[in-house]
Amino acid sequence: MQEVNQSSHSNKYSLPAVLLHWLLALGLAVLFVAGLFMADLPVSPLRLKLFNWHKWAGICVLTLSVLRLLWRVTHRPPPLPAEIQQHMPAWQQMAHHATQYAMYALFFIVPLVGWAYSSAAGYPVVVFGVLPLPDFVTSDKALAELIKPWHEISAFALAGLVGLHVAAALKHQLVDKHALLQRMLPARRY
Amino acid sequence: MVSFKLLAPAFMALFCFASLQAQAQQKLQAGQSEIVFVSKQMGVPVEGRFKSFDAQINFDPAKPATAKINFSVDMASATLGSKETDAELVKPDWFYTAKFAKASFQSGAVKSNGVGKYEVIGKLSIKGLTQDITVPVSLSQTGGLTTAVGVFALKRLPFKIGDNEWSDTSMVADDVQVKFKFVLIGVAKL
Repeated sequence: MQEVNQSSHSNKYSLPAVLLHWLLALGLAVLFVAGLFMADLPVSPLRLKLFNWHKWAGICVLTLSVLRLLWRVTHRPPPLPAEIQQHMPAWQQMAHHATQYAMYALFFIVPLVGWAYSSAAGYPVVVFGVLPLPDFVTSDKALAELIKPWHEISAFALAGLVGLHVAAALKHQLVDKHALLQRMLPARRY
Repeated sequence: MVSFKLLAPAFMALFCFASLQAQAQQKLQAGQSEIVFVSKQMGVPVEGRFKSFDAQINFDPAKPATAKINFSVDMASATLGSKETDAELVKPDWFYTAKFAKASFQSGAVKSNGVGKYEVIGKLSIKGLTQDITVPVSLSQTGGLTTAVGVFALKRLPFKIGDNEWSDTSMVADDVQVKFKFVLIGVAKL
């Protein structure tokens, strides 16, 4: 039975990959919007709460991204369907791979830079208010000012790539009418 | 040969000077001293310090019971290391420096707890509110300098530090740790 399932869904991502994909998609979207909103708030209890929640959620994203990467390197994703590959010029296939590699890199860079900024600014990250994380950079205001723009820049870069990724998926699905999105949905009975 | 009559006033002067020295107050070397406070925001230890403070100290290690120790802290000199938060600290909800420029400490009893160990009991006034506190102090001496160090905890709410919207202790803990190092000159040998 399992074998039958595996062969009939060989063009799908595995369930853990699917769950991690959508969970992280949601997490990244919420973190990005919250980050934009909170950055310019005046000092207030709301700002303090949002900053801490943002850091806690960011550490969760980082942790899930580690799991996701481990799963990704130990479980070969399904190849692109032949009908799609035939329609993709070489540059699109390159762009497809480059986007995915860059997104994976940024899944780690964005939260790590945020964590470094927090430490440098003198606010060590304490996950859920109870789990203190080590500072991998020292508390140093000048260093904090240097790091600060890079959390924003890397987050915008990731948002841009996510936008590209979504646009490309929708283009294949809606314009080219290739059944691409089903690959990233949990297995269903047809 | 100089006569004793001529030398007598010189001896008298020298004697008076020496006894004055013995009674003179000890002097605080503010540049080498520090007052650090650590508060907790949603579990995150945040360190601040006062840059300006002064003391009148009359202390003889042999007679701690007669000691008089008075401190005055310039509250507007408080810093958490960033402009935004420092601008917040002086506001009425926090230190209200426009109305309460200085905090003060006046010693009552000073007890000896062994060589170089003391317990100073006194009144701490911040924002016009006074609390009795007990401060453990350890003294050490090198050359002509005496260094007094100690750590004590105080509650912020009895002083209305972090009032109104900031009084929620799940956001900012009630306990504040105060760490100090005072370098003094003129303290007699321990």
